[in-house]
Amino acid sequence: MKDAYEVVIGLEVHVELKTATKIFCNCTTAFGGEPNTHCCPVCLGFPGTLPVLNEKVVDYAIKAGVATHCSITQYGKQDRKNYFYPDLPKAYQISQYDLPLCYEGHLDIVVGEHEKRIGITRIHIEEDAGKLIHDEKGTYIDYNRCGVPLIEIVSEPDLRSADEVKAYLTKLRAILLFADVSDCKMNEGSFRCDVNLSIRKKGELKYGTRTEMKNLNSFAFIAKAIEHETNRQIQLIESGESVVQETRRWDQAKGKSVSMRTKEDAHDYRYFPDPDLMPIVVNDAMLKALTESLPQLPDDRKQHYVKTLKLTPYVAEQMVSSKQISDFFDTCIEDGAEAETLSKLVMNEVMRLMSKEGDDGQILMDTSQMTALVQMIATDAINYSIGKKVLEGIWNSETMPKDYVEANDLAPIKDKTVLVGYADEILQKQPKIIEDYLNGKEKAVQAFIGQMMRMTKGKADPDLASEIFFEKVRALK
Amino acid sequence: MLKLTIKEAMGQLSTGDLTSEMLVKSYLDNIEKRDGDVQAYLYLNAEAAIEKAKVIDAKRAANEPLGALAGIPMAIKDNMCTVDMPTTCASRILEGYYSPYNATVVEKLYGADAVILGKLNMDEFAMGSTTENSYYQKTHNPYDLERVPGGSSGGSAAAVSAGEAMFTLGSDTGGSIRQPASFCGVTGLKPTYGAISRFGLIAFASSLDQIGPIARTAEDIACVLPTLMGHDSKDSTSAVFDVENYMKHLNQDVRGMKIAIPEAYFGDGLNDEVRKVVLEAAETFKAMGAKVEHVNMTNVAYALPAYYLISSAEASSNLARFDGVQYGYRHEDFETLEELYMKSRSYGFGKEVKRRILLGTYALSSGYYDAYYKKALQARTLIKRDFDKVFEQYDLVLTPVAPTTAYKIGEKSSDPLEMYMGDIYTVPVNIAGLPAISLNAGFDQQGLPVGMQLIGKTFSEATLLRAADAYEKAIKGGQK
Repeated sequence: MKDAYEVVIGLEVHVELKTATKIFCNCTTAFGGEPNTHCCPVCLGFPGTLPVLNEKVVDYAIKAGVATHCSITQYGKQDRKNYFYPDLPKAYQISQYDLPLCYEGHLDIVVGEHEKRIGITRIHIEEDAGKLIHDEKGTYIDYNRCGVPLIEIVSEPDLRSADEVKAYLTKLRAILLFADVSDCKMNEGSFRCDVNLSIRKKGELKYGTRTEMKNLNSFAFIAKAIEHETNRQIQLIESGESVVQETRRWDQAKGKSVSMRTKEDAHDYRYFPDPDLMPIVVNDAMLKALTESLPQLPDDRKQHYVKTLKLTPYVAEQMVSSKQISDFFDTCIEDGAEAETLSKLVMNEVMRLMSKEGDDGQILMDTSQMTALVQMIATDAINYSIGKKVLEGIWNSETMPKDYVEANDLAPIKDKTVLVGYADEILQKQPKIIEDYLNGKEKAVQAFIGQMMRMTKGKADPDLASEIFFEKVRALK
Repeated sequence: MLKLTIKEAMGQLSTGDLTSEMLVKSYLDNIEKRDGDVQAYLYLNAEAAIEKAKVIDAKRAANEPLGALAGIPMAIKDNMCTVDMPTTCASRILEGYYSPYNATVVEKLYGADAVILGKLNMDEFAMGSTTENSYYQKTHNPYDLERVPGGSSGGSAAAVSAGEAMFTLGSDTGGSIRQPASFCGVTGLKPTYGAISRFGLIAFASSLDQIGPIARTAEDIACVLPTLMGHDSKDSTSAVFDVENYMKHLNQDVRGMKIAIPEAYFGDGLNDEVRKVVLEAAETFKAMGAKVEHVNMTNVAYALPAYYLISSAEASSNLARFDGVQYGYRHEDFETLEELYMKSRSYGFGKEVKRRILLGTYALSSGYYDAYYKKALQARTLIKRDFDKVFEQYDLVLTPVAPTTAYKIGEKSSDPLEMYMGDIYTVPVNIAGLPAISLNAGFDQQGLPVGMQLIGKTFSEATLLRAADAYEKAIKGGQK
C-alpha cells in the first residue's frame, strides 16, 4: 500500500546569522544570557523607535545565496508581516515578501549512489522573535532573541524521502558553515526547519494537499516527523478521507504531530513594504566583493577529494558533510595520513562518535592522534578492527594510539609459535574445520581465522593465521 | 515680555537685560492664567523648567558655552518621547507612560539648551483635525474659546497663539501642523520628509509623518529650525543634507519669485471668505513683485483618498504594538490572550483611532490590497509628478490651508467624512514629501484667522521662510 505513494517535501529552513549585533539595533546576538538582558527599546519595539538595517545581515545573506547558486536581486525591500503574538513586540515581523535578496538557486545531494539537484526557491532576511517560557505560575517572555537576524531558505518541493531531507539539510548546513555565515547550532535554535509535506500516487503529476510541520530542531525528529506524517496522510487517503491544509506542530514527547491551525483560521499577514526602511540596493561591485570573499565551499572540496584523493563521490560527500569534519580530514591528509583508511575511519567511527553528542556533536580528538592511528593501520602495526577499538579508546583523551595499544595490550601477536599453539588447540576441539576444507568448503578458512581472533581477542595477525592453517592442511595430506 | 520674538529674546538674554528664569517664569505665569481656558498642556514641567532656566543663567553668567536656543521656553506635542515627562499620544492606552529614551528632537532641544515647559494636547495618536479626539481634554481656540484649535497638533498651535510657549513642536501627517496653525493664527512649518528625525516620534503613518515647529512668525521658525534638522543615523528615512542658516534668507523681498495658484485648490467646498482672503494674499505677493499665475494640477484630486488609505494602512500596523503586553493600558479582566488583546485595545483606543485601524486593516487585507493600498501608492506617484511639473516653472505653490476657519467644538465631530474633507488642501504635501508653511493671511468677518499655505520643492525651506517672512513683515508694516 505504502509503495503506491510518493511523498513530496519542501523545506523552509530558518538560520540565525552570526553577526555580532542584531538586525535593527546594536544589541548582542549572543546565545543565552539572563532573560531580557540583550534588549533595547528598538528590539523591544517601544513606541517611537525605528529600525536601522545592519548591513552585515545583507552581506551574509548574499553570501549564503551565492554559495547556493542563487541569483541575487539588485533591488530588495523589506516588508511587514503583521500578526499578534506576545513574542513579537511590534506585532509585526520585518521580513521580505516579494523581493527576496536571493532566488532560484540549488544545491546537490548524494543519497546512496545517486546524486540529485534540489532547487532553492528563495532566501530572504528577517528578524527572529522572542521566546515564551511557560511554567505553573504563568507565561514569561524572554526577548533576548528578538531581532536576531535570520535567513529563511525555502526549497522547491523536490525532496522525496526522509533520507533526501537529511542529505539536503546536512549539505545546506555544511555550505552555511563553510561560508561562515552561521554557527548552525541546532540545540541553540540557530538552524531550524519547517517541513511542507504532501503525498500523491506514484506517477501522478498534481501535488496533493500539503501540511506544514513546525518546531523541528533535530535531524532525528525531522526523520520521525516525516515518517509519521507520511503514514498519517496515506491512512487518510486510503480510508477515503482527505488531507486538510493546516499547520501542525511536532510533539517529540508524544511522537506525533498535532494540528495548530487550519487554512480557515490561517493568518492574513497583510504584508506591505515597511515605510521605516529604505530599499536594499545591491550593485555589481558589492556582489563581486562578496562572491570573492567566500572561502572554498563543500562542493569544491568534494571535487578535490574525488579527483586528487580518489575517494568515491559518496565518501567524498561524507567528508564535506560539515566544515569541522572536512577541516579535520584535510589536516590529517596534509600530515601524511592515507586517504582511504582515513576516510573510512572518519565516516564509520568519528561520525558515529560525534552523533552520540547529538546534531551539534564535536570531534573529540586531535588530528595528530588520527594521523598516527591511520599510519599504524597502514603499516600493519595494527589491523583495522583493532584500529576501531583504539579510536574509541582514545576519543576525548590526549592518549596517542601507540600508547593506548601498549597499555591495553592490543598489539597483534606476530610470534608464530604462539599462534601455532592456539591453532592446535582449535583444531583439536573442532577437527571438523579441516575436514570441511578438504571436502571443498573454502569458507572453513574463515571459520578458523574467526576462532583464532576470538581466542586472541582480535590480536592475531590474520595473514599469519591463514598461513598456519594451510601448513596444518598440508601436514595432514 | 510675552511679545518678544525669539530673536529679540535671545538678544536681551545675551546682553543681560533678560534672564532665562524671568522669561520662563513669565510664560509659566501666562500658562497659569490662560491654560485653564485653553487647555493646551497635558503635562506641565514647571519646576524642572525653572531649574533648567537657572542653570542656563548661571552658565551664561560664567561665560560657559551655550546652545543655540539657550533659555528659550518651548513645549512639545505629546507624541514625542521624553524620559522625564509622560508621553501619552493623548490616548488612554499610554496613560502614565514614560519612555525609556528621549526622541532625537528632544535630545537636540536639550543640546541647544532650550527649556521644555511641558507636553501638549493633540488628537489621539495624531488622528483628527480638532484635538477633540484627545482622551484627556479638549483644547480651545484662543481666538474663540468655543471653537476648536484645529488638529491634530491643536495643543501646539493653541499654546503659541495664547502666549503659552515661544514656540512648540507639532507633527504633521496630513496637515496636523498647518491646519491648527491656520485656525489659531500662527505660523507652522511642515519640513521636507526626512529633514527632521522621526526617531522617538510615536508613529501614526511612517511614510507621511514629519515633525515641525509652530511659532508666531516665520522668523521665529527660521531661528529654531536648524536646531531640529539634520541627518540621524537612528532613522533610516532621515535625509543627508546641509542644514542652512535660515535667518540669512530673511528680510529679503520676493521680487521675481514665481508663485503658482492651482485651480484645484480653489474649487467647490472652499468657504468664500477663506477664498477671498487667500486670493488677496496672492495679490499682495504680486504687489510685492512676485509673479503669480494660475496652474492646473489634475492629480491632486486623488490625494485625499490616497492619503486616508496609506495613512490608515500604516497606522493599523504601527499601532498594533499597543497590545497590553509590554507597556501601557492593560484591561484587568481577561481569561485568554485573545481577550487580553481585545479588551485592552477596545478600551484603550478611542473611536477615531479604532476607525482608522479598521480602515487600514481592511485596505491591507488579502484580496483588497491591490484595489486599495496598491492603487493609493500609484496615485502617490502621480501626485508627486504633478508637483514636479509645477516646480519646473515655479518656486512656490500658494493655496488655502483649510476650506474653513475654526468651527465650533462638537460641530463636525459626528461626521468623520466631513472632517476628513477638511484635510483636502494639506494632504497632497505629505503624499509628495514636500515642505510647506502655513501662515496667517488675514481674518474672516467673525475675526477668525485664515491661513494660507506655501508649498515648495524638497529642501526649499529657505525659500518658503523667505516668502513667508516677507509677507508677514509687509502686512505688519502695512498695518502700522
